[in-house]
Amino acid sequence: YNSAVLFFLSVFQQRIEIHKLRDGDNLILGFSIGGGIDQDSNSSQNPFSEDKTDKGIYVTRVSKGGPAEVAGLRMGDKIMQVNGWDMTMVTHDQARKKLTKKNEDVVRLLVTRKSLENAVRQSMMQH
Amino acid sequence: MDTESTYSGYSYYSGRSRGSHRHGERSRDRHKSRSKESSRSEKSVTINAPPAEPLLGDQSVRGEEVQDDNWGETTTAVTGTSEHSLSQEDIVRISKDLDDSVGLDCKRYLNVALSVILGLVVFLTPLAFLILPHLLWADRLTACGTACEGLFISVAFKLLILLLAVWALFFRPPSAGLPRIFVFRALLATLVLLFVLSYWLFYGVRILDSQDEDYQGIVQYAVSLVDALLFIHYLAIVLLELRQLQPFFSLCVTRSTDGATQHYNLGQLSIQRAAVVILEKYYKDFPVHNPAMLTASKSRAAKHLAGLKVYNVDGPGGNNAAAGIAQSQSRAMIAAAARRRDSSHNELYYEEAEHERRVRKRRARLVVAVEEAFTHIRHMQEEEQKKAPGDVMDPREAAQAIFPSMARALQKYLRTTRQQHLHSMESIQQHLAFCITNNMTPKAFLESYLTTGPTLQYGKDRWLARQWTLISEASVTSGLKDGAVFLLKCIDFSLVVITKKIPYIQLAEEFIDPKSHKFVLRLQSETSV
Repeated sequence: YNSAVLFFLSVFQQRIEIHKLRDGDNLILGFSIGGGIDQDSNSSQNPFSEDKTDKGIYVTRVSKGGPAEVAGLRMGDKIMQVNGWDMTMVTHDQARKKLTKKNEDVVRLLVTRKSLENAVRQSMMQH
Repeated sequence: MDTESTYSGYSYYSGRSRGSHRHGERSRDRHKSRSKESSRSEKSVTINAPPAEPLLGDQSVRGEEVQDDNWGETTTAVTGTSEHSLSQEDIVRISKDLDDSVGLDCKRYLNVALSVILGLVVFLTPLAFLILPHLLWADRLTACGTACEGLFISVAFKLLILLLAVWALFFRPPSAGLPRIFVFRALLATLVLLFVLSYWLFYGVRILDSQDEDYQGIVQYAVSLVDALLFIHYLAIVLLELRQLQPFFSLCVTRSTDGATQHYNLGQLSIQRAAVVILEKYYKDFPVHNPAMLTASKSRAAKHLAGLKVYNVDGPGGNNAAAGIAQSQSRAMIAAAARRRDSSHNELYYEEAEHERRVRKRRARLVVAVEEAFTHIRHMQEEEQKKAPGDVMDPREAAQAIFPSMARALQKYLRTTRQQHLHSMESIQQHLAFCITNNMTPKAFLESYLTTGPTLQYGKDRWLARQWTLISEASVTSGLKDGAVFLLKCIDFSLVVITKKIPYIQLAEEFIDPKSHKFVLRLQSETSV
């Protein structure tokens, strides 16, 4: 049962590896996040989530040419895990901290994307 | 041919019988016969204006019915107007009129007489109590002191108050005649009678027989009687008037012919009293019953099953099979009718769209004609009246002067909306004179013709107030219960009344401290990483 669930989940999800860019003293990733369990999720504020009670972390902006865009992150992606840490039930600040750890150069994200889901569904339906 | 001669004879006789009952008939009866004829002959051109009330004068032509060819094969509707016989409805109506004029008045007069006698007995009893000792053994009576004379004043005023109160409560003109006795009133009358009788008994035994000399005691006895009568009157108010004020039941009243529905909240009443209240509200709330609006659906339903005939191929069976054959026949007809592809829904849609368009067009013409007509006259002021006595008209003449210019448009509109039998030319002119007198605008004048009003708005012959029958499975003097159903039947239609109990409302309380209203800003942060 677990393997089937994992397979199912993996179909709609993508692993993205971002190498942080060193800019002086800061390590930047090149995208902005929104959301979190301490935020008020409102349909007008978060157009990316289809469920209005979703308090996950979403990518709201990807800076052009930054490490995130190079790695394949797109606007609207929902971040499920960062380096193994779960991001579906964290506050905004906790998410920020997990992403901006000073001793990590690489962050491995597990993201899910609506367009990806639709594409996989379509290909499954064609068979 | 044979059939043709009998056909012409039928129409000749039916025309004559209708003419012979011209004077006694009400318009409702005419429409019933007219609507039945028109439903049978779909291709006829019926311009049958009621002859006794010429509507707008120019339509007194009585067209002959043109019946379709297969009238012999379709089922004949028994109208009862064949030959020279009275129709069934005429007989029923005449007998009902007789009953009304003799039976109901008798009951009413009996009631009034009994209540007046009871009232007199009750009113005169205290006076009798006071006067009799003076008449019978005046010499032995103790003199009436100050307190005793004060009691005289109190008796006098209490009797006056009792008189006024009884007049206010009981001597109102009756609003309705109920089929059975009014239980509470009967109980109260019995109570009062027993009460007064027991007082008389006591008086007779202890005072008259023994010829008591203490006059003050006798006066106090009379005062106690009057007090007790006032308390019985209080009981009467509570039982008759106050108890049913608190709403307890919600009654849903539906008219059987066109489904018009209203809901009323009533208190705890007996079924007959609830029926009276509902009928009073019916005359005010329900739009007037218009039988001309109902013929369309009946003709549609008739066309649905027409043309289907059942043939019994197996031959006549035994007695046991007869019922089975009849049942299977009707089932076969229903199945065949359902399977048949008919486009009557299409016809209905286009017919209704067409009718609505026609109504709107005629209404527009009517509104313009009336507005124009109203511009031709002007309400003169007081000063002008003294100055120019020339071409001055009173309201009736003014109405007659402007009526012809709007008559045709109004008649056509009423014809299209099938209201023409509700308004006679006389009533229209009267209404016009009334509107002109009160400075009403054309729109106000037209309001009573554009919308169907409640029954009270129209003439008295529409009211049929004496023709109501209460049909109920429970006894009509028993109280209303949840789920009780009863019918109020008039001649053409009936009102179906369903009773529902108003739910018991349990109200909870929640207290909000005015200081507890606090607000916080929404957090919608976006962090770049």
